[in-house]
Amino acid sequence: MSASLQKGINALKEVIDAPVASYLNSCVHCGLCAEACLFHLETDDPKYTPIHKLEPLRRVYEQEYTLLGRLKKMVGLSKPVTDDELEEWKELVYDSCTMCGRCSMVCPVGNDIVYMVRKLREGMAVSGHAPEGIQGAVKRTVEIGGPMGLKWPAVANVIKKAEAATGETINVDKPGVDYLVLLSSMEIVNYPEYLEALVKIFKKAGISFTLASDAFEATNAGMQIGASDLAKLIVSRIINSAEKLGVKYVLSPECGHAYMAIRWEGPNLIGRPYKFEVRHVLEVLDELRQKGVLKMKDKFKEPLILHDPCQIVRRGGVLEAPEPLVQTVAENYIPIVDKQKWNWCCGGGGGASAIHTEEAEALRAKAFRIKKRQIEENGVNTMVTFCANCRIVIEEGFDHYGMNTQLLGLTELLAEHLED
Amino acid sequence: MQGPLIDTLARQGVTRRTFFKYCATLASLMALPPSAGRAMAEAMASAPAAAKRPSVIWLPFQECTGCTESITRSHSPTIEGLIFDAISLDYQETLMAAAGYQAEEALHKAMKDNEGKYLLVVDGSVPLGLDGAYSCIAGKSNLEALKEVAKGAAAIVAMGSCAAFGGIPKANPNPTGAVAVSDVIKDKPIINIPGCPPIPVVMTGVLAHFLTFGSLPEMDKLGRPKAFYGETIHDRCYRRPFYDQGKFAKTFDDEGARKGWCLFELGCKGPVTYNACATVKWNGGTSWPVESGHGCLGCSEPDFWDGGGFYRALSRPADPLKMAATAAAVGAAAGVAISFANRAKKSSAKTAHETVTLADLEK
Amino acid sequence: MNEMQFLTWVRGPGLDIAIGIFLLGVLWRLIEIYSLGRKVDVAPGRHRDGASGLHTVFRRSVPPPGMVKRSPVTYIGGYVFHIGLAIIVFLFEPHIILIRDLTGLSWPGLPSQVIDLVSVITLGAMLVVLADRIKKPVKRYLSTFEDWFTWTLTFLPVLTGWMAVQHLLLPYTTMLALHILSVELLLIVLPFTKLFHAFTVFGSRWYLGKINGHRGVPV
Repeated sequence: MSASLQKGINALKEVIDAPVASYLNSCVHCGLCAEACLFHLETDDPKYTPIHKLEPLRRVYEQEYTLLGRLKKMVGLSKPVTDDELEEWKELVYDSCTMCGRCSMVCPVGNDIVYMVRKLREGMAVSGHAPEGIQGAVKRTVEIGGPMGLKWPAVANVIKKAEAATGETINVDKPGVDYLVLLSSMEIVNYPEYLEALVKIFKKAGISFTLASDAFEATNAGMQIGASDLAKLIVSRIINSAEKLGVKYVLSPECGHAYMAIRWEGPNLIGRPYKFEVRHVLEVLDELRQKGVLKMKDKFKEPLILHDPCQIVRRGGVLEAPEPLVQTVAENYIPIVDKQKWNWCCGGGGGASAIHTEEAEALRAKAFRIKKRQIEENGVNTMVTFCANCRIVIEEGFDHYGMNTQLLGLTELLAEHLED
Repeated sequence: MQGPLIDTLARQGVTRRTFFKYCATLASLMALPPSAGRAMAEAMASAPAAAKRPSVIWLPFQECTGCTESITRSHSPTIEGLIFDAISLDYQETLMAAAGYQAEEALHKAMKDNEGKYLLVVDGSVPLGLDGAYSCIAGKSNLEALKEVAKGAAAIVAMGSCAAFGGIPKANPNPTGAVAVSDVIKDKPIINIPGCPPIPVVMTGVLAHFLTFGSLPEMDKLGRPKAFYGETIHDRCYRRPFYDQGKFAKTFDDEGARKGWCLFELGCKGPVTYNACATVKWNGGTSWPVESGHGCLGCSEPDFWDGGGFYRALSRPADPLKMAATAAAVGAAAGVAISFANRAKKSSAKTAHETVTLADLEK
Repeated sequence: MNEMQFLTWVRGPGLDIAIGIFLLGVLWRLIEIYSLGRKVDVAPGRHRDGASGLHTVFRRSVPPPGMVKRSPVTYIGGYVFHIGLAIIVFLFEPHIILIRDLTGLSWPGLPSQVIDLVSVITLGAMLVVLADRIKKPVKRYLSTFEDWFTWTLTFLPVLTGWMAVQHLLLPYTTMLALHILSVELLLIVLPFTKLFHAFTVFGSRWYLGKINGHRGVPV
């Protein structure tokens, strides 16, 4: 295999830009980022301090792009980054960072730490220091089509079931429709009801859509591992398909990183804007709600709280849509203290849920205590969210702590209570 | 209290009571206990006949005679001058009647008769340049004379800033190589009474102390009597409240100046000047520079003439900045040069980029 | 060198050198950092009122919800000493005279006694944040020699300035000279250490606000 330290350092040299330089020079070691990171807060281990996770990047920046840093390196006052160090940092950059972005929200000098974690991953990936679990997900996505190794026949199966359940025909590879609908593997495998819900709602709203047999996978493990070339390869399947089909919109599903990949990173990976617009499913639903299309026949009665997926809300910008939608369908919605862009991560984003080592799982279990406390403090038995990965991770968390909390998907919930 | 001095004063219409009050004032000015006032009065009043009075030899070097002028200024008739009735001023070129070889004879006789016991007063700096040729009296350089006369002195009083610190002759570029007395003489007790000139009562106070107690008063690190140089002008200035409120005169005749506001902005060196002007004042308590509307020059401090300008406030740079523009340009140039190097490095990193494949993810 | 010569030197050549190195350093470092540039974001932006670089420059000075409770010393101590430093530097009359000399700008100041009180509070706050840096595991973990060094160089000017006015330890003239010297050391070191955040905080907050604002998130 051809991963090498040199490739890693070279990748870092490519991605370092003025924001990175500004941020690294602004850090005053105040430690406030640690107070916003769930991995630090739930373990009390200072090594999980977000800015500390960036140390290799900081040294490369200093040694390559500053005069004093170059001099320091020459006289031995600054040690070059080594393979051993990057191996040590694997846990910090992947296991204990879901790129949730909360650290960036609190840094007093304005450092966008998550921005830099994403860039550091570029160096980690091609130097062979990404976790095996994510490497596997990337391999499967590139070679087969999705991180779980799903092929089209499995998807076709789900479509058939959804058609049966709703009595509607679901288009495949149909050109000229409004929306190209994407799915995440997690939804296909674990939450196929999502597709049924979508069919029901779109039927009511009179929206035409299709799936694409060569571009059904919304997630992008290439982005999560930090290999932009692979991320580009993966996202291009969608872009090419959508542009070939001539759709007006691409619908990003209830999956956090998928939204980030297609809505925000995609155009920059291919170097140009798309010939279509990307919309998140909740944005579409909220628009329908405002138009009065989303009339509920009844409401969900149990008290519930909302979990805002990081990549969609805080990182993706879908801020306003979720809460009104929840209020539309839930009678007893309890807004929590840290909501919307201040939410706490489920602990499994950014590829973390694909890391199945004992240590990583133990760490995620510890981090989950934040969500556990939110449920306990609000005295509810139900949580609703809109990201398939969050759902899996949270359900694992409930399992671990023996909680019998019910976890619902928002689109499904809306469809369930939708007026026929 | 009896004695020749009391009689002299009485003839001049100065009562015994006035004399005693003067001594008490002198003692309190020097922060000495009340008993010292009496001791001083007794010492001076009962000073024996001329021949047995303590001998004082006054050598003038590179000076302007301002110190002599100052010490002889008196507004109550002979109050300052009376000190000379308590001492035997055996050599003082401005005041003595003799001249030429007769004056020199007086000097050498006084030195011989009072060897080890006379008080040597020096005003003016000592030039070292050209082997001391810049200032010679009676064919001898000041340097030589100082060394010679200092040998038999009990103590030396460096009168005025020139003798104490080098003063005006020492100011940049110091063409005569002027130095202070304490730079030349290292083996005698020296007391510095700086000021340009010193306040009259300061000079007489020190002499009175020596006469009464036979020793020099307590001195600070620069050899100045703490009694008179223990506080800064700033800390005793009546205009201090204006400083604290930020009310400064900005020119010499503006509204602030006329209202008597602080002169810090006009260059007053009060904060770094130790002297008694703010309390004792000048001309018998008439006024002093700040009260007259001019900032303190700092004349009792070493190197006051080279202190960055009399009219430049202490918090301003002493000299105009010379490097700023050049430094900024050099910095910008360095930044630009580095940015080019960075650009090149980034672009070569981009060139070296090989499209990442799955194989690149594993070692 | 006597104390007056020392004072005259720090007010003269010393200040010249220090300001020279400071300006040189600031320009060099600003250009070194910001000339790296940033690729244009070609994803279509999402506009949201209040989400922009400029907004974040100001908004980030307000602690985020719940954070003061998590780290009260960092926020309160930090605010007190920063504001204290600003008051001392910019509102003490002799300093205003210096600024006017260098830049031509001036403004009314506060009475010296107020500055005196603010100095004591600032010194206190700085000692508290130092203690916190030693005590708190995260801060201790992150701290390098540079953190202690820059704290010292920031503490000394306030300490020596206050000591000069209070006539503590050394005579005023020497204390004043040491104060000016300590400021000169601070100026020289500033562009090359984390103290440079005094300049880069604006750029960093701007980038943060702009990049997130592009996605419609006010940060």
